Amino acid sequence: MADLKVKVAGVEFNNPLIAASGAFGFGREYGEMYPISAFGGIACKGTTREPRQGNPAPRITETPSGMLNAVGLQNPGIEHFIREDLPWLEQQNIRIIANIAGNEYEDYCAVAEMLNSTAVDMVELNISCPNVKKGGVQFGTSAEGVFGITKAVREVCKKPLIVKLSPNVSDIGEVASAAEHAGADAVSLINTLTGMRIDINSRRPIIRNNTGGLSGPAVFPVAVRMVWQAAQRVKIPVIGLGGIASWQDAVEMLLAGATALQIGTAIFTDPYIAEKITEGLNQYLDKNGIKSVTELTGGICPW
Amino acid sequence: MKRYDVRLCKIIKKTEIADGFFDFLVEAGELAQTAQVGQFGHIKVTGKTLRRPISICEIDKEKETLRFVFQIRGEGTAELAKVQEGENLDVLAPLGTSFPLFDKEKKALLVGGGIGTPPLLGLAQYYGANSTVGLGFRNADSVILEKDFAAAGAKVLIATDDGSAGFHGLVTEMLKDSRPDVIYTCGPTPMLNAVCRLADEWKVPCYVSLEERMACAVGACLGCAVALQDESGNVYNGHVCKSGPIFDYKRVVQFAGGETSAVLNQKGCECGTKEVCHG
Repeated sequence: MADLKVKVAGVEFNNPLIAASGAFGFGREYGEMYPISAFGGIACKGTTREPRQGNPAPRITETPSGMLNAVGLQNPGIEHFIREDLPWLEQQNIRIIANIAGNEYEDYCAVAEMLNSTAVDMVELNISCPNVKKGGVQFGTSAEGVFGITKAVREVCKKPLIVKLSPNVSDIGEVASAAEHAGADAVSLINTLTGMRIDINSRRPIIRNNTGGLSGPAVFPVAVRMVWQAAQRVKIPVIGLGGIASWQDAVEMLLAGATALQIGTAIFTDPYIAEKITEGLNQYLDKNGIKSVTELTGGICPW
Repeated sequence: MKRYDVRLCKIIKKTEIADGFFDFLVEAGELAQTAQVGQFGHIKVTGKTLRRPISICEIDKEKETLRFVFQIRGEGTAELAKVQEGENLDVLAPLGTSFPLFDKEKKALLVGGGIGTPPLLGLAQYYGANSTVGLGFRNADSVILEKDFAAAGAKVLIATDDGSAGFHGLVTEMLKDSRPDVIYTCGPTPMLNAVCRLADEWKVPCYVSLEERMACAVGACLGCAVALQDESGNVYNGHVCKSGPIFDYKRVVQFAGGETSAVLNQKGCECGTKEVCHG
């Protein structure tokens, strides 16, 4: 049995898998089936200062090797999270990452401040949600935007800070570097790629928001490329996500430069995916005589 | 016992019961033990990212089987229809809420349209001779489960759009003199609406089974939004997979009738639109 523990910005995870924000709620629904400590960590559903109702349906559609979603940050608000969800999560032997979102700097900062005195292990800044009109991706699509919001939150946030990056940019390395210079402790990437499907009979977009975020195996090669590019530009840890659906994908993403991994869409296909990936990772490491999963990070031999 | 779980369920019997309509009887073990009438399964489809939500048609707790009846409606269900007898289905079940069951002596009216018919069968088996079932289909070739409802002891009335079987016209026209104690319904939206108006007129409780595109189907991803209202008329987005699929029609904004629309327009949303909320 190899050592699957990883450390991100001083926080130790029992294994490198983190349930990605938006795919796993606050953990309770999957907790009905298995101990959610199958994941080393959970990135909770994007949470805002006030409760949000999100977008009208349809919010979901299947696409070739993936899916589009436009949920629109429906969430019960930060106070509800701290009061109702956090106490349960604290009992689950899992690292807790609060994913925070807002319209303006002050919304993000207020939420981050409220989390300072809680048991949350890390804060993930959601500046890459493509499905809301204000906030979200408006901060995430330029290096200047990422620098500004990260710096503002950094000043008030006492928890290790992850900035979740949008792939809808021309130079991911520059954006990752901006997050690092503004004081981020880690970056996670990629969030979804903006996509669209149209019903050819009704001529209406299938998603009520017209556009949605593309995720799943279809985006995996894009994610691997961007993680590789970002990891070369920053010294802080990179958390890799985007279409990981097997232990082989997990190894690939680690080799590209990721320190930890997030799993999202694959949970929908197979709710038990986490234990399958950790089992496969373990076997791969043993077979190759590798003692710790951390040895894979950045192990790519580029041409 | 877990409330729901994933299980590989062997298909014991596969039948094409009408053109494009498939009937799978599967070994379901514990899933059959916990299943209740109205719940659904989320079934993995080879080569697809998302599972497909299919309502449970019949539960046999003794034999530990579940029955799923579905129609080919797109690529996912077309792929699902290729799975053969003896092969396994990867099923996440039983999910969602169930139909509230009243005293068996109550008169129940079950109204199904097309592929909305299967989830009602368990109700006919519960209410037996006290249930009247009105089923609407396109034509005689697309009539399904008529014999199953009759075998449960229900009084079965068929309506078809073209008159090729039973009553020629809408199922709700056919049922306009059938006032029951409680109504259960599943089918296309216009039919559900018409049934809810009958419930208004008769002042009887009515439960609707809804469908929506889903990803997780357990209440985590919030993909399958449906506008609901609480008893004070506050409108919010619930989710078909967890708050439903079974709803009291008065809680569903779309079906609750005139009063609700007015409430919705008044309240609008925090972002200033008059609709439920665009985030």
